[in-house]
Amino acid sequence: MTDIFSEPFVIAFILGCITGAIPLLIASLGETIGEQSGVLNLGIEGMMLIGGYVAFVTTLSTGSFALGLIAGTLAGVATSVIMMVLNTWLGLNQIVIGLAITLAGGGITGVLYNVYFTNTPRLGQEDTLAIPFLSELPYVGKSLFTQSPMFYLSFVLAGLVAWMLLRTTVGLRFRAAGQNPNSLDAAGGNVVVTRSAAVLLGGAFSGLGGAYLAIIAAGTFTPFMTHGLGYIAIVVTMLARGRIVWVILVSFLYGVTVALGTVLQLTSFSLPTDVIKMFPFIVVMIVLIAFARGSYVPPALGEPYTRGAR
Amino acid sequence: MSDKKQVVDSAMRTVSTDGIPAESLTAADTAGQRSKRSGKEIANLLIRTITPVVLAIIAGGLILLAMGKDPLFFYGNIINYGIMGRGWQQSLVMMTPLLLLAAGLIVVFRGKLWNLGYDAQYLLAAVLVIGFAPSLNAVLPWWLTLIVLTLLGVAVGAAWTIVPAILKARFETNEIITTLMMSFIGVGIANLLVRGPFQDPDVVVPQTESIPLDSMLPYIPGTRIHVGLIVAVVVVLILHWVLTRTSFGLRLDIFGANPKTAMHVGINTSRMIVTLFIISGGLIGLAAAMDMLGLWGYVRSNWNPEYGAAVIPFVFLARLNVLGSIPFVAFYAIVANGGQIAAQDSDLSTDFILVLVALILIFMSIIEYIGTRRDLGQSYLPPGLKTSVAQIFGRKKSS
Repeated sequence: MTDIFSEPFVIAFILGCITGAIPLLIASLGETIGEQSGVLNLGIEGMMLIGGYVAFVTTLSTGSFALGLIAGTLAGVATSVIMMVLNTWLGLNQIVIGLAITLAGGGITGVLYNVYFTNTPRLGQEDTLAIPFLSELPYVGKSLFTQSPMFYLSFVLAGLVAWMLLRTTVGLRFRAAGQNPNSLDAAGGNVVVTRSAAVLLGGAFSGLGGAYLAIIAAGTFTPFMTHGLGYIAIVVTMLARGRIVWVILVSFLYGVTVALGTVLQLTSFSLPTDVIKMFPFIVVMIVLIAFARGSYVPPALGEPYTRGAR
Repeated sequence: MSDKKQVVDSAMRTVSTDGIPAESLTAADTAGQRSKRSGKEIANLLIRTITPVVLAIIAGGLILLAMGKDPLFFYGNIINYGIMGRGWQQSLVMMTPLLLLAAGLIVVFRGKLWNLGYDAQYLLAAVLVIGFAPSLNAVLPWWLTLIVLTLLGVAVGAAWTIVPAILKARFETNEIITTLMMSFIGVGIANLLVRGPFQDPDVVVPQTESIPLDSMLPYIPGTRIHVGLIVAVVVVLILHWVLTRTSFGLRLDIFGANPKTAMHVGINTSRMIVTLFIISGGLIGLAAAMDMLGLWGYVRSNWNPEYGAAVIPFVFLARLNVLGSIPFVAFYAIVANGGQIAAQDSDLSTDFILVLVALILIFMSIIEYIGTRRDLGQSYLPPGLKTSVAQIFGRKKSS
């Protein structure tokens, strides 16, 4: 165990961390916007799978990673239109529709994948963007500062979401729709329009997160590859209570648990893969038990808004 | 007493029409006064129940057409393999765990609690039942082994719900999330057990030892259906009686309608939450025990039948009525049983059944919504929507 701090190990650890954390971070950003505005998106898993599948097919046929990410984002938006119409416009049960979207997303991508792909084609490595000077640093240079452009962009996105939620009128409306939709309505805001925007943004981020997971993190698509990541995004959102810094921190805590498992496999220390797969969920559960009072959701979360209803 | 009744009545009335659980409550409420229900209402109920299924089948057929498959061939094969020949017996065997799972879900859903940890509750119970079978068989007579193992399954299923239940009761932690997390952990532990202590050393593929046929649940004479089906039906009937005819059932409905009201009329809501979760997990554990001891006899690693996700839409279609879930579960058992081979014949992934289930969920919500609007004599669009849409397109409000 003496070689665990050697350069290749540290690089593998940081890379594993990033691979695990970034898809979760992107998806959690979307979920944060949704949850702040009072929409519980349980369909996030299905949206990620659809985004990932569409991105994979696009990148495979065009060879462009950027196009793949854009296509995945659009696929996420298209899926969230169903959610917008049924949940926000008609006020149907958000949990039932969310579960339906998760089921349908997993089912349809599984069916399409089995119809069109007999073997599993892998995408090549995306061109990385090496930051000058910083990328020559030992340890962190080849891991943290030689990454896909999307890696840096996701932090920019996180900053934008934080600024939007806290410093703009739009963000204030999102939060009002989750805290007390009646007052938003009384103040002249439009709850339905606000929540619709939140749902579409949430879908875009979920699709992008799925696309990143498929084409950049994994380099391929396999049916049901998210393996509960969408649900973890909801936990991250609940623990972060709308604060984007916490979203980033908790996402990377998850990344660390994923990376620990991978790195431990590289050493002589043998651990069954089942334990490694379970590890992030155990950590999340312990965090939930320890901070049970800390997890908080907006009061109007999951409640459809009916004008004039008490 | 009359005060309490008034509070309860108002609680029932304040249930919003946002979704299915509220709807189901009124249905469960009227179930007690069946004589008052007119023929028109029954016809209405039937239409609302069957239309989503029909629409889902049509939409699923269109998806099949779009993928260049023949929907009639696929659906025909489902009936062929699901009912014809020995098919109906296999479908009935498949109903056993599904009925118990549906019952387990209905109990918590009626309390407006979400137990989504069914996969782990089922798998952990299944693995432990199978894992302890050989050693128990060696010391106990076969009938006593079956009883002990069944109780073990129930206990394991119930135990796996305790942490989410207590977190919900004490801290109001969202039970959707905690049950899901516990589900992923439980499925992992189940796999660890199959690959570790319970693995059969004589087989290459990681799986548990198989129970010998003569120590499994006996068949119903003249058929190849194990007696677990009878157990499931009896449990469902008892549960229906408990939910509709006892004070516990009434307290549960009040709690589901409005936990605050429930507290005011003197119901211990914390205890109610824990009780509901334990009953739910116990029924799911019973489903696993019956399925293992009656049908499978062993567990392979990474095996997950995913009964729970499939059963959820039918539980809602039955309006959270345990008795009403029987025909729906029968329908799904035929689809799933026949669909396995039918999907292979059509060169499809069996995941297509998931798509059908999701379509049923979506259509069901829409039909339910339209039906509620019709009953209330309201416009089919919610009040705020017309003005909102008009605002998006920049038009003035017309009405």
